[in-house]
Amino acid sequence: MNRWHAGKKLALALMFGLFPLLAACGRADLSVLNPQGPVAQRQFDVLMVSVGIMTLVVVVVFALLIYVLVRFRRRRGDNSIPEQVEGNHKLEIIWTVIPIILLIILAVPTVGAIGKFAEDYWDDPNAVQVKVTAYQYWWEFEYPQYGITTAQELVVPIGKKIAFELVAGDVKHSFWIPAIGGKMDNNPGLTNRFYLEFPTPGVYRGRCAELCGPSHAYMDFKAKAVDQASFDRWVAAMQGPAVLPEDDNIREAFVSKCLTCHAVGDQGAPIGPNLTGLGSRVTVAGILFNDTPEQEYVIDPAKTEENIKVWLEDTQKIKPGNMMPSAVDLQLTQEQIDGIAKYLANYRLDYE
Amino acid sequence: MAAHAHAVKRYPGFWGWLWDWLTTVDHKKIGILYLVAGGLFFVFGGIEALLIRLQLMFPMNDLISEDFYNELITMHGTTMIFLAAMPVIFALMNAVVPLQIGARDVAFPFVNALGFWTFFFGGLLLNLAWLMGEVPDAGWTAYPPLATTAYSSHHGMDYYVLGLQIAGIGTLLGGINFMATIINLRAPGMTFMRMPMFTWASFITSALIVFAFPALTVGLVAMMFDRIFGANFFNVDAGGNIVLWEHIFWLFGHPEVYILILPAFGVISEVISTFSRKRLFGYSTMVFATILIAFLGFMVWAHHMFTTGLGPVANALFSIATMAIAVPTGIKVFNWLFTMWGGSIRFTAANLYAIGFIPTFVMGGVTGVMLASAPADFQYHDSYFVVGHFHYTIVGGLVTGLLAGIHYWWPKMFGRMLHEGLGKLSFWFYIIGFHLTFFVQHFLGLLGMPRRVATYLPNQGFDTMNLVSTIGAILMTVGIAVFFVNVVITSLKPRHAANDPWEDGRTLEWAIPSPAPEYNFKQIPLVRGLDAWWKEKMEGNKELPPAEPLGPIHMPSPSILPFIMGVGFFISGFGFMYNLVFAVIGLVIVLVCMALRSIFDDHGYHIEPEEPKKGEVAA
Repeated sequence: MNRWHAGKKLALALMFGLFPLLAACGRADLSVLNPQGPVAQRQFDVLMVSVGIMTLVVVVVFALLIYVLVRFRRRRGDNSIPEQVEGNHKLEIIWTVIPIILLIILAVPTVGAIGKFAEDYWDDPNAVQVKVTAYQYWWEFEYPQYGITTAQELVVPIGKKIAFELVAGDVKHSFWIPAIGGKMDNNPGLTNRFYLEFPTPGVYRGRCAELCGPSHAYMDFKAKAVDQASFDRWVAAMQGPAVLPEDDNIREAFVSKCLTCHAVGDQGAPIGPNLTGLGSRVTVAGILFNDTPEQEYVIDPAKTEENIKVWLEDTQKIKPGNMMPSAVDLQLTQEQIDGIAKYLANYRLDYE
Repeated sequence: MAAHAHAVKRYPGFWGWLWDWLTTVDHKKIGILYLVAGGLFFVFGGIEALLIRLQLMFPMNDLISEDFYNELITMHGTTMIFLAAMPVIFALMNAVVPLQIGARDVAFPFVNALGFWTFFFGGLLLNLAWLMGEVPDAGWTAYPPLATTAYSSHHGMDYYVLGLQIAGIGTLLGGINFMATIINLRAPGMTFMRMPMFTWASFITSALIVFAFPALTVGLVAMMFDRIFGANFFNVDAGGNIVLWEHIFWLFGHPEVYILILPAFGVISEVISTFSRKRLFGYSTMVFATILIAFLGFMVWAHHMFTTGLGPVANALFSIATMAIAVPTGIKVFNWLFTMWGGSIRFTAANLYAIGFIPTFVMGGVTGVMLASAPADFQYHDSYFVVGHFHYTIVGGLVTGLLAGIHYWWPKMFGRMLHEGLGKLSFWFYIIGFHLTFFVQHFLGLLGMPRRVATYLPNQGFDTMNLVSTIGAILMTVGIAVFFVNVVITSLKPRHAANDPWEDGRTLEWAIPSPAPEYNFKQIPLVRGLDAWWKEKMEGNKELPPAEPLGPIHMPSPSILPFIMGVGFFISGFGFMYNLVFAVIGLVIVLVCMALRSIFDDHGYHIEPEEPKKGEVAA
C-alpha cells in the first residue's frame, strides 16, 4: 500500500525545496498524505499526478521569471528603447497547446476516479451498510443490516466495502476520514451515498468538514477498523440487552435523567448519542481522549471516568452550543455523577 | 432648459469641503471615496484576520470564544470580498478608465455617486452588526440551514442579507455604468482593439458584475424572505432545498472571483508593460484570454459543490470545465513574462508588486487546477488546502495586483508620488509575510485540518505550521502598516508629480496633468493607435492630437441626492430588522429622491477653458 511512500516524500521535498516541516507526512490515522485505504490511495494518486504537472509549470514559470528579471533589468544610464514586439504566434500556440496536453493528462485519471468513487454498494449484500446521521456536534452510525446504532465511534470490518448513506439531522455537515478517503456532505433533507474501504485494522480520525456552528472544531469522531470476527462479536454485543447500573439509586438516576434522551441497548430514547458500550470508545464526546500518551488508543477506564465527569460538569464548556444539559441542570448529585461515570466507563463491549 | 454657463458654487471651510465630497459626481473624486472607504473596511477585515491567526497560533488556544471566532471568519470573508476588494477595484476603475479612454467622465456620473453611496451605506450597515452585538456567524457563504432563523435566531445574518443587498445595488450600478462608459465614451480613434488592457479588464469585469450580481440578489432576497417574513425557500421541513442556495450562491460566487481577479490582471498588464518599456506582448491574445476566462467563469460554479453530492456526471463536467480555465490564464502569465523579455525592466515599488504577483498567482492557479480534479477535491474540500489556495489567488493575486495599481496610479490620483523606499520596504514585508502565512496552509489541509475550526487539538502535526502561519500574518501586517505610513507621509508633501511621472507611461492618462483637472481633457484627444501616448512620444510629439476644437466643456452638476438615497436604504435596512415602519420610511426617502431626480431636469453646466498658453500640453 505504501508503494508511493518513498516517491511521494521525494517529490514533495523536491517541489517545496526540502521544506523542513514536511519531514513527516502527518499522522497515519489522519493525513491525506499518508493514505491508509484504496479510496484515499486513489485520491492521493490523482493528487500526485496533479502535483507533478503543477510542479513542472511552477518550475518553468519561476525559471523564466528569474531569467527575465536578471537578464533584462534596466542598467544604470541605459536609456534605450527596446524593440516593441507585438507578439509571436508560434510561441503563443506553444503555451496554449502544452497546457491543454498537461490538463488532458490530469483529466483522464480525474474522470476515471470520479466514476470509481460514484459506485454504489448500498445494495451489495457483501457490503456493510452504515447510515450516518450528523447532528450539531456528534455523529450517529446506524447499521440497518444488524438493527444496531452507535455514536461517535464507527466500527467497521476490514476488507469489506462499507457503504455509507449520509444525512443530517439539523444543519449541513460533512463526513471526512482523511486517511481513509475524501469527504461527502451530510445534507439535511437529501441523502448521499458513497463507500470507503479499511484494509488495515486501527483507529482513524474523522471530523466534520462543514461549518456547522460554534463547536464545529470539536465535531470529531473515530473510525475503528477491526477484523471480521471482532466485528461480528461487536455486533452481537451491541444487539444484546442493555446493561444498567447495579446500584438502585444510580440506576434510577440514569434511567430518569439520561435515558430520556440517550439509549443503551434496548433501553432509552434515540435523541442524543447512543451510549451502549461507551467504555470501549477511544473518546468521550468525540474529543476527550481516554487513552494515555504512552499507549495510543489503549483505553484507560480511569481516564474515561474522569472525562465523563469533566463532560457532565459543564458540557457547554467542552462543546459550546450543544444540546446536552450539564449535571447541574439535570440536578444530579455528586454521588450520582460519580456513579454514572463509573458505570459508563466500565460499560465495555468485549470484542477485540 | 438650457445648460447653465456658470461653475459649481463652492462653499468655504470644513463644511464646504464636506459638502463638496458628499455631492461630488466627479469620477476622480468618487474613485478616491471608494479608495478611502475600501481602505477603511480593509483595515476592519485585516484586524479580523489577525485575530483569527492569533487564535490559531497555538493548539486549544482560548484567546477568543468559538462564537466570536465564527463571527470573525464570517465578517472577515464578507468584508474583504464585498467591502474591501470590490471598492478598491472600483476606485482604480473610476480613477483610471475614463482617462484611459479619453473621456471627461463616466456615462452616468449621478449613478456613479449613487453606486458609491449605496455600497458605502450597505457596508456600514453590515459592520454596525458589531456595535449592535448581533454579528453574522454562518460563514461568508451563509449556507442554510445554519444561516436560517432556526439555527441563527439573532439578527446577525439579517445584517448580512440586508447589508449585502444594499451594497450589491451599488456594485451593480457601477458595473452597468462602466459598461456604458466603455462602450459609448471612447475618444475618436479609440477602437475596442486599441483600448488599454486595464480598460478591457474593467469592461469584462463590469459585464461579469451585470450578469453575476443579480444571482446573488435573488439568493439574498430569498434568504431575507425566509429570515424576516417566514418563507420556506431553504426550510427542508416545509419542502425547501438547501442545495438551491449553494447553486445560487456559487452561480454568483464563482464569477465573483473573476470579477475580482480580472482587474488585477489588467493592472499587471499596464504596470509590467510600462516598467519594461515595452508594449504588451500578444495584446489581442490577452483580450481574447480575458473574455474566455470570463465566459468559462460562469460554467464552473459547481466545483465549489463537488462534495455536495451532485453525482458523477456533474462532477466530471465541472472538473473539466474548471481545468479549461487554466489555459487562458496560462496564456496571460506567459504573455506577461514575454512582455518583460527583451525589455528594460525598472524595479519601482509598483513594479515589484506586479512582478511579485506573477509567481504568487501562478502558485494559486496551480492549486486551483489541483482542486479542479473532483476526486482529489474530496480530500481538499473545506480543508485548509482550500484556504491556502484562495488566499493565494485573492490576496497573492488580487491584493498584490491592487497594491501595484495603487502605487502606479497614486500620482495620477493625488498628484504626489508615494515614497519609493517605503513602498519597497512594504513590498518585502508583505510578500514574505504572505508566503509564510499561506504556503503552509496547503499542508495543514493535507494533514487533515478542516477550515473554519476555532481551534485544534495538539499532537496532530498542526502546531508548528500554524505558528509559522501566524508569524507570517504579523509580517504581512507590518508590510501593510508601512504602506499606510507611506500614504500619510506622502499626503503631507506638496503636489508636484509630473504628467508622466514614470516617464514611460503609454496610455492616455499620462498625457494630462497629475491629478487630472476636473474636465480631464481640455480637448478630447484623437487616438492614433494602441498605447496612444507612447506612440505620440515616440514620434516626438509633446501632446496628444486633439479631436475637437477648443470650446466650453460640459460638466455634470453635483448632487446630494445619491447620499440621501444611501441614507434611505440604510434606514430601511435597519427597519427590516427592527421595525417595518422604518423600512417603509427609508424606501419612501429613496423613492422621493428618485422622483426629484426625474422631475427636475439638470443639464449640468459648462466650463469655459482658457486658451492654452504656448507650450502647454493642450490635452
